[in-house]
Amino acid sequence: MNQLDSKFGDFGGMYVPELLIPALDQLEQEFIKAKDDPAFQKEFTDLLKDYAGRPTAMTLTRNLVSNPKVKLYLKREDLLHGGAHKTNQVLGQALLTKRMGKTEVIAETGAGQHGTATALACALLGLKARIYMGAKDVERQAPNVFRMRLMGAEVIPVNAGSGTLKDAVNEALRDWSANYDKAHYLLGTAAGPHPFPHIVREFHRMIGEETKAQILEKEGRLPDAVVACVGGGSNAIGMFADFIDDPSVKLIGVEPAGKGLHTKEHGATICTGSKGILHGAYTYIMQDKEGQIEESYSVSAGLDYPAVGPQHAHLADIGRAEYVAVTDDEALNAFQLLARKEGIIPALESSHALAHALNMADEAEDDTIIVVNLSGRGDKDLAHVINILGEDFNGSL
Amino acid sequence: MDRYSAMFQRLNETNQGAFVPFVMVGDPDIETSEKVICQLIESGADALELGIPYSDPIADGPTIQAASIRALKSNVTPDACFGLLSRVREKYPDVPIGLLLYSNLVMARGISEFYARAKAAGVDSILVADVPLREAKPFIKAANASDVAQILIAPPNATEETLREIGKHSAGYTYLLGRAGVTGVETAADIPADTLISQLNAYQCAPPLLGFGISSPAQVQTAIKAGAAGAISGSATVNIIAQHLNNVPAMLAKLDEFVGNMKAATQKEG
Repeated sequence: MNQLDSKFGDFGGMYVPELLIPALDQLEQEFIKAKDDPAFQKEFTDLLKDYAGRPTAMTLTRNLVSNPKVKLYLKREDLLHGGAHKTNQVLGQALLTKRMGKTEVIAETGAGQHGTATALACALLGLKARIYMGAKDVERQAPNVFRMRLMGAEVIPVNAGSGTLKDAVNEALRDWSANYDKAHYLLGTAAGPHPFPHIVREFHRMIGEETKAQILEKEGRLPDAVVACVGGGSNAIGMFADFIDDPSVKLIGVEPAGKGLHTKEHGATICTGSKGILHGAYTYIMQDKEGQIEESYSVSAGLDYPAVGPQHAHLADIGRAEYVAVTDDEALNAFQLLARKEGIIPALESSHALAHALNMADEAEDDTIIVVNLSGRGDKDLAHVINILGEDFNGSL
Repeated sequence: MDRYSAMFQRLNETNQGAFVPFVMVGDPDIETSEKVICQLIESGADALELGIPYSDPIADGPTIQAASIRALKSNVTPDACFGLLSRVREKYPDVPIGLLLYSNLVMARGISEFYARAKAAGVDSILVADVPLREAKPFIKAANASDVAQILIAPPNATEETLREIGKHSAGYTYLLGRAGVTGVETAADIPADTLISQLNAYQCAPPLLGFGISSPAQVQTAIKAGAAGAISGSATVNIIAQHLNNVPAMLAKLDEFVGNMKAATQKEG
């Protein structure tokens, strides 16, 4: 039986074939041992500091917010090696892989950010990586495919189903079912079966811990709200974890409203979804009335996922965190604003969080401190955004 | 006596093992699928294992995934599947029929309601591919309430604890995994699994049927020799459907031949 709690309220669990239970148990046991092992903790901390560049900066925006009562801070995970928060937990899981004596790593990727992070960690630690990526995504994200291959990872296009992230996860799980003896499944977000939501949160919780220390140093008090985008929910849970027991701090997760919640083209799982099981966890998912999983959509590939981490489902149900949704257009607007006003190009994912924070800033009547988790940088999105904004944008410069 | 017990008793008396083909209900459409299922029974299948099409079948290899996609493209819903099952049950009152499906189809309707609906359609057992013992409690409860056998999986890497739990709860038959991985003929079953089989017997688990990677009469023979009560063949059966989508009579003839050969291999010597 499990040593850690496998559920968050009703959510979570281990809805996987019996065959995978021993591998998940092994992972849980190894994680518990590693947590109490100073040598593991030192290696992880050293890598985060000297290889990945932690702690990341906390930037007070200068020009973005016009309301004088509001201070808007950015937690700069975009500055982390690899270009996004993903590197944190990938280093942690790659070290666990080695501890378990496994030599291969299986991963899934949507936009290629988790795949890139996995590829870099495997290159560094001498592990053999194979990364499943929806065939459509392979096409859309050519530079990231090249990055992964450059760092020695094998990228396997998945044609099954819709050819996107959900199908890549299915394929990774199938591979793992056959190869759990020598391969670790390095899941990329705080979703999936236990113990992944727990482990991924713990390997990202320094985001919130650093934020707390940095904001206390700068402001002498806790922020009024921390805001993060939520696809699977790893950067958000990393930001939220250390603030859950601080009731004065609002936790706000921002889901992708895509072309609008009234359309079918969005990925706002908590805001509009219903409870069900996908990829090993009971959580909020997008499904039809028969229980078939529906396709999600977002301009940002990293948020384009029809489920959400089970702890977010729980935080939403008990009312500790609030989940809202932001459309493609609002996110694209925030993306441009941050570039124009602050000289920072954010990832389209993080632009969702920023867009909501800007709305909050406009409406604030009292002195308010908001921290946005700027989970990644936007270089990866440039080709995509050029396609969307196109000549109009170039013409307006 | 329930249909599985009656089947195993009959097979014991004639010194045979069970041959159990698997197909996806509604592959490639309800009408053809009904013919396929009736053909399997007419050709000598001892029991049937049937899938309900699902969008994200993580325990299935490419062959059965494709079957799901074909059925979903024909807009096959669980209700349409239950309708078909009721008609088959009326025609064949004795053949054991098991469902093999994924948890979210069950959750979407509500666990108890799903099991009750299945029972009403004449289903004898339900195996939920992505529900391990650890999450099985509400499913077993619903199964018992509806008088349906909850089928449990014994994987090759099962711990003693898992086997003991299977023994405690198992009904109908035990699904013995011939190997790790997902369904498909790409990788053959690892037989004999005789160590596992004797452990299952020691824990008084329901009779084991060996599945995953079974595609030839020789494998059926070996499985039964190793002590399995029979063999389940999914992808090999589904492949025949996939190869004859444009010629249903040829599909049925080929299935007849396949089931005949596989069934013949279940006869024990002496």
